[in-house]
Amino acid sequence: MSNVSSQEQVSNLKGTITFERRFRFWKDIWRSRALYLMLLPGLIWYVIYKYLPMYGLIIAFKDYDIVGGLWNSPWSDPWNKYFLQFFNSPYFTEILGNTLLISIYKLIFGTLPPIFLAILFNECRSRWLKKWVQTISYMPHFLSWVIIYGIVIALLSETSGIVNHLLVNSGFKSIPFITSTDWFRSLLVGSDIWQNIGWGAIIYMAAMASIDNTLYEACRVDGGGRLRMIWHITLPGIQTTIVLLLILKIGHIMEGSFDQIYIMYNTQVYKVADIIDTWVYRTGLQQMNFSLASAVGLFKSLIGMILILIANRVAKIWGGSIW
Amino acid sequence: MVRGRSDRIFDIFIYVVLVLVAISAILPLLYVLSISLTPYSEVLKNGGFILFPKSITFDAYKELFADSVIPKAFWVTVFVTVVGSFINMVLTILMAYPLSRRKLRGRTFFLMIVVFTMLFSGGLIPTYLVVRDTGLMNTVWSMIVPSAIWTFNLLIMKSFFESLPEELHDSARIDGAGETTALIKLVLPLSIPSIMTVSLFYMVGHWNDFFSAVLYITNKELYPLQVIVRNLLLESSNLSQQTDVTLPTVTLQMAAVISASLPIILVYPFVQKHFTKGMLIGAIKG
Repeated sequence: MSNVSSQEQVSNLKGTITFERRFRFWKDIWRSRALYLMLLPGLIWYVIYKYLPMYGLIIAFKDYDIVGGLWNSPWSDPWNKYFLQFFNSPYFTEILGNTLLISIYKLIFGTLPPIFLAILFNECRSRWLKKWVQTISYMPHFLSWVIIYGIVIALLSETSGIVNHLLVNSGFKSIPFITSTDWFRSLLVGSDIWQNIGWGAIIYMAAMASIDNTLYEACRVDGGGRLRMIWHITLPGIQTTIVLLLILKIGHIMEGSFDQIYIMYNTQVYKVADIIDTWVYRTGLQQMNFSLASAVGLFKSLIGMILILIANRVAKIWGGSIW
Repeated sequence: MVRGRSDRIFDIFIYVVLVLVAISAILPLLYVLSISLTPYSEVLKNGGFILFPKSITFDAYKELFADSVIPKAFWVTVFVTVVGSFINMVLTILMAYPLSRRKLRGRTFFLMIVVFTMLFSGGLIPTYLVVRDTGLMNTVWSMIVPSAIWTFNLLIMKSFFESLPEELHDSARIDGAGETTALIKLVLPLSIPSIMTVSLFYMVGHWNDFFSAVLYITNKELYPLQVIVRNLLLESSNLSQQTDVTLPTVTLQMAAVISASLPIILVYPFVQKHFTKGMLIGAIKG
């Protein structure tokens, strides 16, 4: 008997506990109602301008027509019609290849210059010079691609650029940097490095600042020169940062720089410069083929997401100690 | 401290390379500036190429601003930058603050909603359709509303708020202040440097924004500066053979490039340190 009643008591107690928990839950929410109200406008924005487009991706599986719109356009048959159309089109390898190649070139050639610059800043003994060069070298990062394109024209245009003028004056042939398939990718990579070398150095300098100073002292006592310190202390000290940034960049390899390429490219260089984003823009908004363009966009977003997730996982494993 | 000779050489090497880096960052812009200021007569004399003009003229700027296209575009860009950044900041702060409160129920869920958009997006066409269907096409708002929150900036702001001591909120509660009062009276005044940083990121973003206008604006009256300057740049590459009687197209183009970048170049040195800070926080949280 007493056993039963104690069980009853326990269940009663459990009931009160859950009741109290639930009560506290709603009380908590009511108490932070101001916070939820603050969240509301942002959440609504996220739903409309971020999540609604995700839902809108269903047009990749529909035959979009202007009359029917998103809702009433018929489903495409077969369901993956536009994906097949893309995979079987001659563009598939070309734009996927361009997207990956341009990203990879930027990765290969763009990684070392900021590290090199950061080491120079770190070794620079003149505070005054360091500050000035830093300020100047970050500046290109804030210029738009339109401005940079203007600079590119001033320097490299075949008709009016100073470089070609100098070439011709010294008896060489002029080089069509902007319109030649041989040069265009180098132009993309070069202007990207120019824009971001200083800005990219910041993060490595922060990593260098956290290196234990006693290591340098010890090396000095041992008679190590500065090159040696760079090689044995500075570089190992920022090794984790370098690898982490590299991994994260690999994660974003599917994202080309739409602005840069759209602003700088021209019909002569489509073959080497057309990336997924620019192709989607032209197919979707200039040729009004919404369904095909969305299918390609979805393909890109999915691969991109998988890559980022893998990269983040790898980065977490690798950098677990500092993250 | 005794320094060896090799040490001196090493120092000099560093100075030289750093100066070269600075020159290569600034010289292209200076060259663009010099083209825009060179008088036509001098251009003709030198076969069209001058590094440092002997005399300067503002003719190109006068011609650019005499026409109504550039001034109009200038005001569109200023409007989008000022109003857009203000809306950005209001929404970003309002959302970042609750997300920074660790005790908020459902915080993880809301954060997931936000962070997921960094991993996956509907992409160009579906976003375009949403912007179109919300009636923003061909209005200045199409350059403001679809980018009203940048998730990256939101997360920077959130981590700024998180770095404030928890005691701050305790003291607010003891004083009987609600969350709204705490945000306005306590948190915001303490976050002014970070608010500066994030609003500068937004402002540069709006000033340089080219893509939204290309996507959503077809009415030439509403073109922002970046679009106008790019159209100018394209024009000449086709018409470079055409001889302009008063001014070479390149001079006009470069005057436009300078006009569009000048505000950034002028303001940038004074606010540079705020950018650096934001970049580091973003990277650590990244």
